Amino acid sequence: MLQQVVNGIIIGSLYALIAVGLTMVYGILRILHIAHAAVFVSGAYLGLLVYTYTQSLILALILAAVGCSIFGWLIQRFLYTPLLTEARIVPLIASVGLFILCEDLFRLLGGPYIRAFKVDLWFDKLIFFDTVVTAHQCLIVIGTAACLVSVYFLINRTKLGLAWQATAQDMDTAKAMGINIKQVINFNFIIASSIAAIAGVLTAINYNSVLPTMGSVPAYKMFAIVVLGGLGSIPGTIAAGLIIGMAETIMSAYFGFIMPRDAIAFSAMILILIFRPQGLFGKGV
Amino acid sequence: MGLGYLTTIGTFVGIYIILTLSLNIISGYAGQISLGHAAFFGIGAYTSALLTLKAGFSFWLALPAAMIIAGFIGAGVGIISLRIKGDFLAVTTIGINFVIVTVFEYSDFFGGAYGIMGIQYPMLFGLKISKFYYLMLVFFFVVVTAFFCFLISKSWIGLALETIREDEDAAEASGLNCAKFKIIAFAMGCAFAGLGGVLYAHFMRFITPNDFTFPVSITIVAMMVVGGMGTIRGPILGALLMAALPELLRPLANYRLLFYGGLIVFMTRFQPQGLFGENAFIIKKLFGQNLRAAFSKRNRAGGEEI
Repeated sequence: MLQQVVNGIIIGSLYALIAVGLTMVYGILRILHIAHAAVFVSGAYLGLLVYTYTQSLILALILAAVGCSIFGWLIQRFLYTPLLTEARIVPLIASVGLFILCEDLFRLLGGPYIRAFKVDLWFDKLIFFDTVVTAHQCLIVIGTAACLVSVYFLINRTKLGLAWQATAQDMDTAKAMGINIKQVINFNFIIASSIAAIAGVLTAINYNSVLPTMGSVPAYKMFAIVVLGGLGSIPGTIAAGLIIGMAETIMSAYFGFIMPRDAIAFSAMILILIFRPQGLFGKGV
Repeated sequence: MGLGYLTTIGTFVGIYIILTLSLNIISGYAGQISLGHAAFFGIGAYTSALLTLKAGFSFWLALPAAMIIAGFIGAGVGIISLRIKGDFLAVTTIGINFVIVTVFEYSDFFGGAYGIMGIQYPMLFGLKISKFYYLMLVFFFVVVTAFFCFLISKSWIGLALETIREDEDAAEASGLNCAKFKIIAFAMGCAFAGLGGVLYAHFMRFITPNDFTFPVSITIVAMMVVGGMGTIRGPILGALLMAALPELLRPLANYRLLFYGGLIVFMTRFQPQGLFGENAFIIKKLFGQNLRAAFSKRNRAGGEEI
Protein backbone atom coordinates (compact mmCIF):
# COMPACT_ATOMS: atom_id res chain seq x y z
CA MET A 1 0.00 0.00 0.00
CA LEU A 2 2.67 2.47 1.06
CA GLN A 3 4.59 1.61 -2.10
CA GLN A 4 1.58 2.59 -4.20
CA VAL A 5 1.23 5.84 -2.27
CA VAL A 6 4.87 6.66 -3.01
CA ASN A 7 4.39 5.89 -6.70
CA GLY A 8 1.23 7.96 -6.70
CA ILE A 9 3.02 10.93 -5.18
CA ILE A 10 5.74 10.71 -7.84
CA ILE A 11 3.26 10.62 -10.74
CA GLY A 12 1.15 13.26 -9.04
CA SER A 13 4.04 15.67 -8.56
CA LEU A 14 4.99 15.34 -12.23
CA TYR A 15 1.37 16.09 -13.16
CA ALA A 16 1.34 19.06 -10.81
CA LEU A 17 4.54 20.45 -12.34
CA ILE A 18 3.16 20.39 -15.88
CA ALA A 19 -0.25 21.64 -14.85
CA VAL A 20 1.04 24.60 -12.82
CA GLY A 21 2.37 26.24 -15.98
CA LEU A 22 -0.92 25.63 -17.73
CA THR A 23 -2.92 27.16 -14.93
CA MET A 24 -0.61 30.20 -14.83
CA VAL A 25 -1.12 30.82 -18.54
CA TYR A 26 -4.84 30.42 -18.12
CA GLY A 27 -4.86 32.71 -15.11
CA ILE A 28 -3.46 35.62 -17.09
CA LEU A 29 -4.44 35.15 -20.73
CA ARG A 30 -7.53 32.90 -20.37
CA ILE A 31 -6.14 30.62 -23.08
CA LEU A 32 -6.25 26.82 -22.93
CA HIS A 33 -2.59 26.35 -23.81
CA ILE A 34 -2.43 22.91 -25.46
CA ALA A 35 1.01 23.70 -26.91
CA HIS A 36 2.29 23.66 -23.33
CA ALA A 37 2.76 19.94 -23.91
CA ALA A 38 5.02 20.79 -26.86
CA VAL A 39 7.11 22.97 -24.55
CA PHE A 40 7.24 20.03 -22.14
CA VAL A 41 8.53 17.64 -24.83
CA SER A 42 11.07 20.16 -26.12
CA GLY A 43 12.33 20.44 -22.53
CA ALA A 44 12.90 16.69 -22.42
CA TYR A 45 14.77 16.71 -25.75
CA LEU A 46 16.88 19.74 -24.81
CA GLY A 47 17.71 18.16 -21.48
CA LEU A 48 18.74 14.91 -23.16
CA LEU A 49 20.87 16.79 -25.68
CA VAL A 50 22.71 18.78 -23.03
CA TYR A 51 23.09 15.75 -20.78
CA THR A 52 24.63 13.56 -23.49
CA TYR A 53 27.23 16.23 -24.23
CA THR A 54 28.06 17.44 -20.73
CA GLN A 55 26.98 14.57 -18.43
CA SER A 56 25.80 17.23 -16.00
CA LEU A 57 22.22 17.00 -14.80
CA ILE A 58 22.19 20.49 -13.29
CA LEU A 59 23.35 22.02 -16.55
CA ALA A 60 20.75 19.96 -18.46
CA LEU A 61 17.95 21.24 -16.24
CA ILE A 62 19.09 24.86 -16.46
CA LEU A 63 19.65 24.91 -20.21
CA ALA A 64 16.36 23.11 -20.86
CA ALA A 65 14.59 25.71 -18.75
CA VAL A 66 16.29 28.58 -20.55
CA GLY A 67 15.60 27.13 -24.00
CA CYS A 68 11.96 26.48 -23.21
CA SER A 69 11.50 29.94 -21.73
CA ILE A 70 12.53 31.35 -25.08
CA PHE A 71 10.20 28.93 -26.87
CA GLY A 72 7.31 29.81 -24.57
CA TRP A 73 7.97 33.50 -24.96
CA LEU A 74 7.97 33.18 -28.76
CA ILE A 75 4.61 31.36 -28.66
CA GLN A 76 3.20 34.11 -26.49
CA ARG A 77 4.60 36.99 -28.50
CA PHE A 78 3.85 35.79 -32.02
CA LEU A 79 0.81 33.55 -31.62
CA TYR A 80 -1.26 34.35 -28.53
CA THR A 81 -0.92 38.09 -28.04
CA PRO A 82 -2.20 38.94 -31.54
CA LEU A 83 -5.18 36.59 -31.03
CA LEU A 84 -6.25 37.86 -27.61
CA THR A 85 -9.13 39.91 -28.95
CA GLU A 86 -10.60 37.03 -30.96
CA ALA A 87 -13.17 34.45 -29.86
CA ARG A 88 -11.78 32.12 -27.17
CA ILE A 89 -11.76 29.11 -29.44
CA VAL A 90 -9.38 30.72 -31.98
CA PRO A 91 -6.19 30.73 -29.86
CA LEU A 92 -7.14 27.22 -28.73
CA ILE A 93 -7.14 25.96 -32.32
CA ALA A 94 -3.93 27.86 -33.08
CA SER A 95 -2.43 26.13 -30.06
CA VAL A 96 -3.59 22.71 -31.28
CA GLY A 97 -2.07 23.45 -34.70
CA LEU A 98 1.21 24.39 -33.07
CA PHE A 99 1.16 21.20 -31.02
CA ILE A 100 0.64 19.04 -34.14
CA LEU A 101 3.44 20.92 -35.88
CA CYS A 102 5.85 20.54 -32.95
CA GLU A 103 5.10 16.86 -32.45
CA ASP A 104 5.99 16.21 -36.08
CA LEU A 105 9.06 18.42 -35.81
CA PHE A 106 10.31 16.38 -32.83
CA ARG A 107 9.74 13.20 -34.83
CA LEU A 108 11.74 14.57 -37.77
CA LEU A 109 14.56 15.98 -35.66
CA GLY A 110 14.77 13.40 -32.90
CA GLY A 111 13.77 10.30 -34.83
CA PRO A 112 10.53 8.31 -34.40
CA TYR A 113 12.02 5.96 -31.80
CA ILE A 114 12.38 6.00 -28.04
CA ARG A 115 15.67 7.41 -26.78
CA ALA A 116 16.95 6.37 -23.39
CA PHE A 117 17.64 9.02 -20.77
CA LYS A 118 19.77 7.21 -18.24
CA VAL A 119 21.03 9.23 -15.32
CA ASP A 120 23.22 7.73 -12.61
CA LEU A 121 22.87 9.36 -9.23
CA TRP A 122 25.22 8.86 -6.29
CA PHE A 123 22.94 6.39 -4.57
CA ASP A 124 20.64 3.77 -5.98
CA LYS A 125 17.60 3.50 -3.77
CA LEU A 126 16.37 4.02 -0.24
CA ILE A 127 14.46 1.29 1.53
CA PHE A 128 12.09 2.05 4.40
CA PHE A 129 10.64 -1.18 5.72
CA ASP A 130 9.03 -2.67 2.59
CA THR A 131 8.87 0.54 0.63
CA VAL A 132 11.42 1.25 -2.06
CA VAL A 133 12.12 4.80 -3.12
CA THR A 134 14.53 4.96 -6.04
CA ALA A 135 17.06 7.76 -6.36
CA HIS A 136 15.19 9.03 -9.43
CA GLN A 137 12.04 9.30 -7.40
CA CYS A 138 13.89 11.29 -4.74
CA LEU A 139 15.18 13.56 -7.47
CA ILE A 140 11.64 14.13 -8.75
CA VAL A 141 10.31 14.97 -5.30
CA ILE A 142 13.17 17.38 -4.64
CA GLY A 143 12.89 18.96 -8.08
CA THR A 144 9.15 19.41 -7.79
CA ALA A 145 9.38 20.86 -4.31
CA ALA A 146 12.13 23.27 -5.40
CA CYS A 147 10.09 24.44 -8.39
CA LEU A 148 6.88 24.89 -6.45
CA VAL A 149 8.58 26.71 -3.57
CA SER A 150 10.30 29.08 -5.97
CA VAL A 151 7.02 29.74 -7.77
CA TYR A 152 5.44 30.48 -4.40
CA PHE A 153 8.18 32.96 -3.53
CA LEU A 154 8.18 34.59 -6.95
CA ILE A 155 4.47 35.16 -6.79
CA ASN A 156 4.03 36.08 -3.16
CA ARG A 157 7.27 37.81 -2.27
CA THR A 158 8.35 39.81 -5.31
CA LYS A 159 6.98 42.97 -6.83
CA LEU A 160 6.49 41.30 -10.19
CA GLY A 161 4.62 38.50 -8.46
CA LEU A 162 2.29 40.99 -6.87
CA ALA A 163 1.69 42.51 -10.30
CA TRP A 164 1.04 38.98 -11.58
CA GLN A 165 -1.62 38.44 -8.92
CA ALA A 166 -3.29 41.72 -9.71
CA THR A 167 -3.31 40.95 -13.42
CA ALA A 168 -4.74 37.49 -12.81
CA GLN A 169 -7.61 39.04 -10.88
CA ASP A 170 -8.49 41.73 -13.37
CA MET A 171 -6.29 42.62 -16.29
CA ASP A 172 -8.01 45.89 -17.19
CA THR A 173 -7.96 47.29 -13.68
CA ALA A 174 -4.33 46.22 -13.28
CA LYS A 175 -3.51 48.06 -16.48
CA ALA A 176 -5.34 51.15 -15.25
CA MET A 177 -3.30 51.03 -12.03
CA GLY A 178 -0.13 51.35 -14.08
CA ILE A 179 1.03 47.77 -14.01
CA ASN A 180 3.18 46.86 -16.99
CA ILE A 181 1.03 44.09 -18.44
CA LYS A 182 3.53 43.10 -21.11
CA GLN A 183 6.17 42.49 -18.47
CA VAL A 184 3.73 40.41 -16.42
CA ILE A 185 2.79 38.28 -19.43
CA ASN A 186 6.45 37.71 -20.31
CA PHE A 187 7.24 36.78 -16.70
CA ASN A 188 4.27 34.43 -16.72
CA PHE A 189 5.35 32.56 -19.85
CA ILE A 190 8.99 32.37 -18.79
CA ILE A 191 8.09 30.81 -15.42
CA ALA A 192 5.45 28.49 -16.86
CA SER A 193 7.69 27.27 -19.69
CA SER A 194 10.77 26.72 -17.56
CA ILE A 195 8.73 24.64 -15.10
CA ALA A 196 7.37 22.64 -18.05
CA ALA A 197 10.95 22.07 -19.22
CA ILE A 198 11.99 20.79 -15.80
CA ALA A 199 8.92 18.58 -15.72
CA GLY A 200 9.91 17.25 -19.15
CA VAL A 201 13.43 16.36 -18.03
CA LEU A 202 12.19 14.76 -14.80
CA THR A 203 9.51 12.73 -16.61
CA ALA A 204 12.08 11.54 -19.14
CA ILE A 205 14.39 10.45 -16.31
CA ASN A 206 11.56 8.73 -14.47
CA TYR A 207 10.57 6.57 -17.44
CA ASN A 208 14.11 6.49 -18.84
CA SER A 209 12.74 7.45 -22.24
CA VAL A 210 12.27 10.43 -24.52
CA LEU A 211 9.97 10.06 -27.52
CA PRO A 212 8.21 12.49 -29.86
CA THR A 213 4.71 11.57 -28.69
CA MET A 214 5.39 11.79 -24.95
CA GLY A 215 3.38 15.02 -24.87
CA SER A 216 0.15 13.72 -26.34
CA VAL A 217 -1.28 12.27 -23.13
CA PRO A 218 -0.30 15.25 -20.92
CA ALA A 219 -1.70 17.63 -23.59
CA TYR A 220 -5.25 16.84 -22.63
CA LYS A 221 -4.98 15.10 -19.27
CA MET A 222 -3.49 18.25 -17.77
CA PHE A 223 -6.72 20.05 -18.56
CA ALA A 224 -8.64 17.67 -16.35
CA ILE A 225 -6.23 18.48 -13.52
CA VAL A 226 -6.24 22.22 -14.11
CA VAL A 227 -10.03 22.32 -14.25
CA LEU A 228 -10.36 20.11 -11.21
CA GLY A 229 -8.16 22.54 -9.29
CA GLY A 230 -10.31 25.44 -10.45
CA LEU A 231 -8.78 27.02 -13.59
CA GLY A 232 -6.18 29.60 -12.62
CA SER A 233 -5.67 28.54 -9.00
CA ILE A 234 -2.08 27.40 -8.34
CA PRO A 235 -2.57 25.63 -4.97
CA GLY A 236 -5.70 23.96 -6.36
CA THR A 237 -3.77 22.66 -9.35
CA ILE A 238 -1.02 21.19 -7.18
CA ALA A 239 -3.57 19.44 -4.99
CA ALA A 240 -5.52 18.18 -7.99
CA GLY A 241 -2.32 16.87 -9.62
CA LEU A 242 -1.46 14.89 -6.50
CA ILE A 243 -5.01 13.60 -6.09
CA ILE A 244 -5.24 12.41 -9.71
CA GLY A 245 -1.78 10.84 -9.65
CA MET A 246 -2.65 9.00 -6.46
CA ALA A 247 -6.11 7.94 -7.64
CA GLU A 248 -4.74 6.59 -10.92
CA THR A 249 -1.96 4.60 -9.31
CA ILE A 250 -4.06 3.13 -6.53
CA MET A 251 -7.05 2.35 -8.74
CA SER A 252 -5.02 0.58 -11.39
CA ALA A 253 -3.07 -1.31 -8.74
CA TYR A 254 -6.02 -2.54 -6.72
CA PHE A 255 -8.98 -2.66 -9.06
CA GLY A 256 -7.16 -3.74 -12.20
CA PHE A 257 -8.46 -2.66 -15.55
CA ILE A 258 -11.97 -1.45 -14.91
CA MET A 259 -11.12 1.50 -17.05
CA PRO A 260 -7.93 2.69 -18.69
CA ARG A 261 -5.68 4.91 -16.61
CA ASP A 262 -6.28 7.96 -18.72
CA ALA A 263 -10.05 7.88 -18.34
CA ILE A 264 -9.87 8.05 -14.53
CA ALA A 265 -8.83 11.70 -14.50
CA PHE A 266 -11.70 12.71 -16.74
CA SER A 267 -14.33 10.65 -14.96
CA ALA A 268 -13.28 12.19 -11.64
CA MET A 269 -13.34 15.61 -13.21
CA ILE A 270 -16.86 15.29 -14.65
CA LEU A 271 -18.24 13.92 -11.38
CA ILE A 272 -16.70 16.70 -9.31
CA LEU A 273 -17.63 19.46 -11.75
CA ILE A 274 -21.30 18.50 -11.72
CA PHE A 275 -21.35 19.19 -7.99
CA ARG A 276 -18.80 22.00 -7.92
CA PRO A 277 -18.84 23.74 -11.32
CA GLN A 278 -15.95 26.03 -10.36
CA GLY A 279 -13.57 23.17 -9.53
CA LEU A 280 -12.35 22.01 -6.15
CA PHE A 281 -10.51 25.18 -5.20
CA GLY A 282 -11.91 27.71 -7.65
CA LYS A 283 -13.68 30.85 -6.59
CA GLY A 284 -17.26 31.36 -7.75
CA VAL A 285 -17.74 31.99 -11.45
CA MET B 1 -6.24 8.46 -59.11
CA GLY B 2 -9.13 6.22 -59.87
CA LEU B 3 -12.78 7.13 -59.75
CA GLY B 4 -13.29 4.82 -56.79
CA TYR B 5 -10.68 6.71 -54.83
CA LEU B 6 -12.33 10.04 -55.58
CA THR B 7 -15.73 8.62 -54.57
CA THR B 8 -14.31 7.51 -51.24
CA ILE B 9 -12.68 10.88 -50.59
CA GLY B 10 -15.92 12.59 -51.61
CA THR B 11 -17.92 10.51 -49.14
CA PHE B 12 -15.52 11.34 -46.29
CA VAL B 13 -15.60 15.02 -47.17
CA GLY B 14 -19.40 14.92 -47.13
CA ILE B 15 -19.46 13.27 -43.70
CA TYR B 16 -17.02 15.85 -42.37
CA ILE B 17 -19.17 18.67 -43.74
CA ILE B 18 -22.19 17.27 -41.87
CA LEU B 19 -20.12 16.99 -38.66
CA THR B 20 -18.73 20.51 -38.98
CA LEU B 21 -22.14 22.02 -39.72
CA SER B 22 -23.63 20.22 -36.74
CA LEU B 23 -20.90 21.48 -34.42
CA ASN B 24 -21.48 24.94 -35.83
CA ILE B 25 -25.02 24.90 -34.41
CA ILE B 26 -23.56 24.43 -30.92
CA SER B 27 -20.40 26.54 -31.15
CA GLY B 28 -21.07 28.95 -33.99
CA TYR B 29 -24.70 29.83 -33.25
CA ALA B 30 -25.05 29.24 -29.52
CA GLY B 31 -21.42 30.02 -28.62
CA GLN B 32 -20.93 26.90 -26.44
CA ILE B 33 -17.48 25.41 -27.01
CA SER B 34 -17.69 21.66 -27.42
CA LEU B 35 -14.47 19.68 -27.80
CA GLY B 36 -16.14 16.28 -27.67
CA HIS B 37 -18.19 16.23 -30.83
CA ALA B 38 -16.63 12.98 -32.04
CA ALA B 39 -18.41 11.22 -29.18
CA PHE B 40 -21.77 11.93 -30.79
CA PHE B 41 -20.40 10.94 -34.18
CA GLY B 42 -19.52 7.65 -32.46
CA ILE B 43 -22.89 7.31 -30.74
CA GLY B 44 -24.63 7.64 -34.10
CA ALA B 45 -22.33 5.09 -35.71
CA TYR B 46 -22.60 2.54 -32.89
CA THR B 47 -26.36 2.90 -32.49
CA SER B 48 -26.99 2.36 -36.15
CA ALA B 49 -24.52 -0.54 -36.35
CA LEU B 50 -26.11 -2.30 -33.38
CA LEU B 51 -29.68 -1.64 -34.51
CA THR B 52 -29.06 -3.08 -37.97
CA LEU B 53 -26.97 -6.02 -36.79
CA LYS B 54 -28.67 -7.07 -33.57
CA ALA B 55 -32.22 -5.71 -33.78
CA GLY B 56 -32.69 -6.29 -37.49
CA PHE B 57 -33.53 -2.69 -38.36
CA SER B 58 -33.06 -1.54 -41.94
CA PHE B 59 -30.65 1.30 -42.66
CA TRP B 60 -33.54 3.68 -43.31
CA LEU B 61 -35.11 3.00 -39.94
CA ALA B 62 -31.82 2.93 -38.02
CA LEU B 63 -30.86 6.35 -39.37
CA PRO B 64 -33.60 8.39 -37.65
CA ALA B 65 -33.36 6.18 -34.55
CA ALA B 66 -29.63 6.84 -34.22
CA MET B 67 -30.20 10.55 -34.73
CA ILE B 68 -32.81 10.62 -31.98
CA ILE B 69 -30.58 8.75 -29.53
CA ALA B 70 -27.56 10.96 -30.27
CA GLY B 71 -29.85 13.99 -29.89
CA PHE B 72 -31.11 12.81 -26.50
CA ILE B 73 -27.61 12.20 -25.16
CA GLY B 74 -26.62 15.58 -26.60
CA ALA B 75 -29.48 17.17 -24.69
CA GLY B 76 -27.93 15.63 -21.57
CA VAL B 77 -24.71 17.48 -22.30
CA GLY B 78 -26.86 20.56 -22.83
CA ILE B 79 -28.19 20.13 -19.29
CA ILE B 80 -24.62 19.84 -18.00
CA SER B 81 -23.76 23.05 -19.88
CA LEU B 82 -26.34 24.93 -17.79
CA ARG B 83 -24.19 24.38 -14.75
CA ILE B 84 -20.67 24.24 -16.14
CA LYS B 85 -19.79 27.22 -18.29
CA GLY B 86 -17.20 28.61 -20.66
CA ASP B 87 -13.79 26.99 -20.58
CA PHE B 88 -14.87 24.58 -17.86
CA LEU B 89 -17.46 23.30 -20.33
CA ALA B 90 -14.83 22.97 -23.07
CA VAL B 91 -12.71 20.74 -20.87
CA THR B 92 -15.73 18.80 -19.61
CA THR B 93 -16.66 17.94 -23.19
CA ILE B 94 -13.13 16.57 -23.71
CA GLY B 95 -13.85 14.40 -20.68
CA ILE B 96 -17.19 13.26 -22.07
CA ASN B 97 -15.46 12.23 -25.28
CA PHE B 98 -12.94 10.14 -23.33
CA VAL B 99 -15.56 8.53 -21.14
CA ILE B 100 -17.79 7.58 -24.07
CA VAL B 101 -14.87 6.14 -26.05
CA THR B 102 -13.91 4.19 -22.92
CA VAL B 103 -17.43 2.75 -22.71
CA PHE B 104 -17.18 1.61 -26.34
CA GLU B 105 -13.75 0.16 -25.74
CA TYR B 106 -14.37 -1.69 -22.48
CA SER B 107 -17.81 -3.17 -22.83
CA ASP B 108 -18.47 -6.33 -24.79
CA PHE B 109 -21.87 -5.07 -25.86
CA PHE B 110 -20.11 -2.52 -28.09
CA GLY B 111 -17.61 -5.03 -29.40
CA GLY B 112 -14.71 -3.92 -27.19
CA ALA B 113 -11.48 -2.68 -28.69
CA TYR B 114 -12.08 -4.66 -31.90
CA GLY B 115 -15.21 -2.68 -32.66
CA ILE B 116 -18.07 -3.93 -34.81
CA MET B 117 -17.55 -5.73 -38.09
CA GLY B 118 -19.84 -6.65 -40.96
CA ILE B 119 -22.19 -3.69 -40.86
CA GLN B 120 -24.51 -3.88 -43.88
CA TYR B 121 -24.39 -1.57 -46.82
CA PRO B 122 -27.79 0.14 -47.19
CA MET B 123 -30.30 -1.52 -49.52
CA LEU B 124 -32.75 0.29 -51.73
CA PHE B 125 -35.67 -1.69 -53.25
CA GLY B 126 -33.90 -4.89 -52.32
CA LEU B 127 -30.67 -3.93 -54.11
CA LYS B 128 -27.32 -2.97 -52.63
CA ILE B 129 -26.61 0.58 -53.67
CA SER B 130 -23.28 1.26 -55.37
CA LYS B 131 -20.52 3.44 -53.95
CA PHE B 132 -21.39 6.21 -56.33
CA TYR B 133 -25.03 6.26 -55.19
CA TYR B 134 -23.81 6.22 -51.61
CA LEU B 135 -21.87 9.38 -52.38
CA MET B 136 -25.08 10.88 -53.79
CA LEU B 137 -26.89 9.86 -50.60
CA VAL B 138 -24.24 11.56 -48.47
CA PHE B 139 -24.45 14.61 -50.70
CA PHE B 140 -28.23 14.65 -50.27
CA PHE B 141 -27.82 14.65 -46.48
CA VAL B 142 -25.21 17.42 -46.71
CA VAL B 143 -27.79 19.54 -48.52
CA VAL B 144 -30.45 18.63 -45.94
CA THR B 145 -28.11 19.56 -43.07
CA ALA B 146 -27.08 22.83 -44.69
CA PHE B 147 -30.72 23.70 -45.39
CA PHE B 148 -31.64 22.87 -41.80
CA CYS B 149 -28.86 25.17 -40.56
CA PHE B 150 -30.11 27.88 -42.89
CA LEU B 151 -33.63 27.52 -41.47
CA ILE B 152 -32.31 27.72 -37.91
CA SER B 153 -30.27 30.82 -38.63
CA LYS B 154 -33.34 32.54 -40.08
CA SER B 155 -35.73 31.45 -37.33
CA TRP B 156 -36.47 32.62 -33.80
CA ILE B 157 -34.29 29.83 -32.45
CA GLY B 158 -31.34 31.19 -34.43
CA LEU B 159 -31.96 34.68 -33.12
CA ALA B 160 -32.23 33.41 -29.56
CA LEU B 161 -29.03 31.38 -29.89
CA GLU B 162 -27.18 34.39 -31.29
CA THR B 163 -28.33 36.46 -28.33
CA ILE B 164 -27.09 33.81 -25.91
CA ARG B 165 -23.75 33.72 -27.72
CA GLU B 166 -23.27 37.47 -27.52
CA ASP B 167 -24.35 37.98 -23.92
CA GLU B 168 -26.00 35.29 -21.87
CA ASP B 169 -26.83 37.50 -18.89
CA ALA B 170 -28.46 40.11 -21.08
CA ALA B 171 -30.44 37.39 -22.87
CA GLU B 172 -31.66 36.00 -19.57
CA ALA B 173 -32.50 39.48 -18.34
CA SER B 174 -34.59 40.21 -21.39
CA GLY B 175 -36.78 37.23 -20.67
CA LEU B 176 -35.19 34.60 -22.89
CA ASN B 177 -35.28 31.05 -21.53
CA CYS B 178 -31.55 30.39 -22.08
CA ALA B 179 -31.69 26.90 -20.60
CA LYS B 180 -34.28 25.73 -23.12
CA PHE B 181 -32.47 27.13 -26.14
CA LYS B 182 -29.07 25.81 -25.07
CA ILE B 183 -30.48 22.31 -24.65
CA ILE B 184 -32.19 22.60 -28.05
CA ALA B 185 -28.89 23.66 -29.65
CA PHE B 186 -27.01 20.73 -28.14
CA ALA B 187 -29.76 18.27 -29.07
CA MET B 188 -29.89 19.45 -32.69
CA GLY B 189 -26.13 19.61 -33.11
CA CYS B 190 -25.60 16.15 -31.65
CA ALA B 191 -28.45 14.62 -33.64
CA PHE B 192 -26.79 15.73 -36.87
CA ALA B 193 -23.43 14.48 -35.62
CA GLY B 194 -25.27 11.17 -35.15
CA LEU B 195 -26.37 11.36 -38.79
CA GLY B 196 -22.72 11.71 -39.76
CA GLY B 197 -21.98 8.64 -37.66
CA VAL B 198 -24.65 6.55 -39.36
CA LEU B 199 -23.32 7.47 -42.79
CA TYR B 200 -19.78 6.66 -41.66
CA ALA B 201 -20.66 3.28 -40.13
CA HIS B 202 -22.53 1.99 -43.17
CA PHE B 203 -19.86 3.22 -45.54
CA MET B 204 -16.88 1.77 -43.64
CA ARG B 205 -18.90 -1.33 -42.56
CA PHE B 206 -16.36 -1.68 -39.74
CA ILE B 207 -16.03 0.68 -36.79
CA THR B 208 -13.68 0.74 -33.81
CA PRO B 209 -13.61 3.04 -30.76
CA ASN B 210 -10.46 4.57 -32.26
CA ASP B 211 -12.47 6.26 -35.00
CA PHE B 212 -14.17 8.57 -32.50
CA THR B 213 -11.39 9.75 -30.19
CA PHE B 214 -10.51 13.25 -29.06
CA PRO B 215 -8.23 14.08 -32.05
CA VAL B 216 -11.27 13.60 -34.32
CA SER B 217 -13.16 16.17 -32.25
CA ILE B 218 -10.25 18.55 -32.60
CA THR B 219 -10.23 18.01 -36.37
CA ILE B 220 -13.91 18.95 -36.53
CA VAL B 221 -13.37 22.07 -34.42
CA ALA B 222 -10.36 23.05 -36.54
CA MET B 223 -12.41 22.68 -39.73
CA MET B 224 -15.08 24.94 -38.30
CA VAL B 225 -12.68 27.61 -37.05
CA VAL B 226 -10.54 27.62 -40.19
CA GLY B 227 -13.63 27.93 -42.36
CA GLY B 228 -15.29 30.60 -40.24
CA MET B 229 -17.72 29.74 -37.48
CA GLY B 230 -21.20 31.15 -37.21
CA THR B 231 -21.78 31.11 -40.97
CA ILE B 232 -22.96 28.24 -43.18
CA ARG B 233 -20.44 28.65 -46.00
CA GLY B 234 -17.56 28.72 -43.49
CA PRO B 235 -17.94 25.21 -42.05
CA ILE B 236 -18.75 23.73 -45.48
CA LEU B 237 -15.71 25.23 -47.19
CA GLY B 238 -13.52 24.68 -44.13
CA ALA B 239 -14.40 20.97 -44.02
CA LEU B 240 -13.93 20.70 -47.79
CA LEU B 241 -10.51 22.35 -47.59
CA MET B 242 -9.19 20.55 -44.52
CA ALA B 243 -10.51 17.11 -45.45
CA ALA B 244 -8.98 17.43 -48.91
CA LEU B 245 -5.75 18.91 -47.56
CA PRO B 246 -4.13 15.67 -46.34
CA GLU B 247 -4.77 14.21 -49.81
CA LEU B 248 -3.33 17.27 -51.51
CA LEU B 249 -0.32 17.16 -49.20
CA ARG B 250 0.35 13.53 -50.08
CA PRO B 251 3.39 14.40 -52.25
CA LEU B 252 5.04 15.85 -49.13
CA ALA B 253 4.88 12.37 -47.61
CA ASN B 254 7.00 12.57 -44.46
CA TYR B 255 6.31 16.25 -43.84
CA ARG B 256 2.50 16.09 -44.10
CA LEU B 257 1.62 16.64 -40.45
CA LEU B 258 4.22 19.38 -40.20
CA PHE B 259 2.51 21.31 -42.98
CA TYR B 260 -0.96 20.48 -41.71
CA GLY B 261 -0.16 21.88 -38.26
CA GLY B 262 1.69 24.81 -39.76
CA LEU B 263 -1.25 25.70 -41.97
CA ILE B 264 -3.67 25.63 -39.02
CA VAL B 265 -1.37 27.97 -37.10
CA PHE B 266 -0.89 30.24 -40.11
CA MET B 267 -4.58 30.43 -40.99
CA THR B 268 -5.81 31.06 -37.45
CA ARG B 269 -3.06 33.60 -36.89
CA PHE B 270 -3.78 35.68 -39.98
CA GLN B 271 -7.47 34.97 -40.55
CA PRO B 272 -8.75 34.48 -37.00
CA GLN B 273 -12.38 34.84 -38.10
CA GLY B 274 -11.96 32.03 -40.57
CA LEU B 275 -10.98 31.92 -44.23
CA PHE B 276 -14.57 32.39 -45.33
CA GLY B 277 -15.96 34.14 -42.26
CA GLU B 278 -17.55 37.53 -41.81
CA ASN B 279 -14.54 39.77 -42.39
CA ALA B 280 -12.41 37.34 -44.35
CA PHE B 281 -9.85 38.53 -46.85
CA ILE B 282 -11.17 36.20 -49.58
CA ILE B 283 -14.77 37.34 -49.20
CA LYS B 284 -13.71 40.98 -49.21
CA LYS B 285 -11.70 40.48 -52.38
CA LEU B 286 -14.59 38.72 -54.11
CA PHE B 287 -17.36 41.10 -53.14
CA GLY B 288 -15.46 44.32 -52.58
CA GLN B 289 -16.61 44.52 -48.98
CA ASN B 290 -17.86 42.10 -46.39
CA LEU B 291 -20.99 40.18 -47.30
CA ARG B 292 -23.34 41.69 -44.79
CA ALA B 293 -22.47 45.20 -45.97
CA ALA B 294 -22.91 44.12 -49.60
CA PHE B 295 -26.36 42.75 -48.92
CA SER B 296 -27.56 45.64 -46.83
CA LYS B 297 -26.41 48.04 -49.53
CA ARG B 298 -28.33 46.12 -52.15
CA ASN B 299 -31.42 46.09 -49.97
CA ARG B 300 -31.14 49.78 -49.43
CA ALA B 301 -30.78 50.41 -53.13
CA GLY B 302 -33.85 48.30 -53.86
CA GLY B 303 -35.98 49.79 -51.12
CA GLU B 304 -37.65 53.17 -50.88
CA GLU B 305 -35.55 56.19 -50.26
CA ILE B 306 -35.94 57.54 -46.81
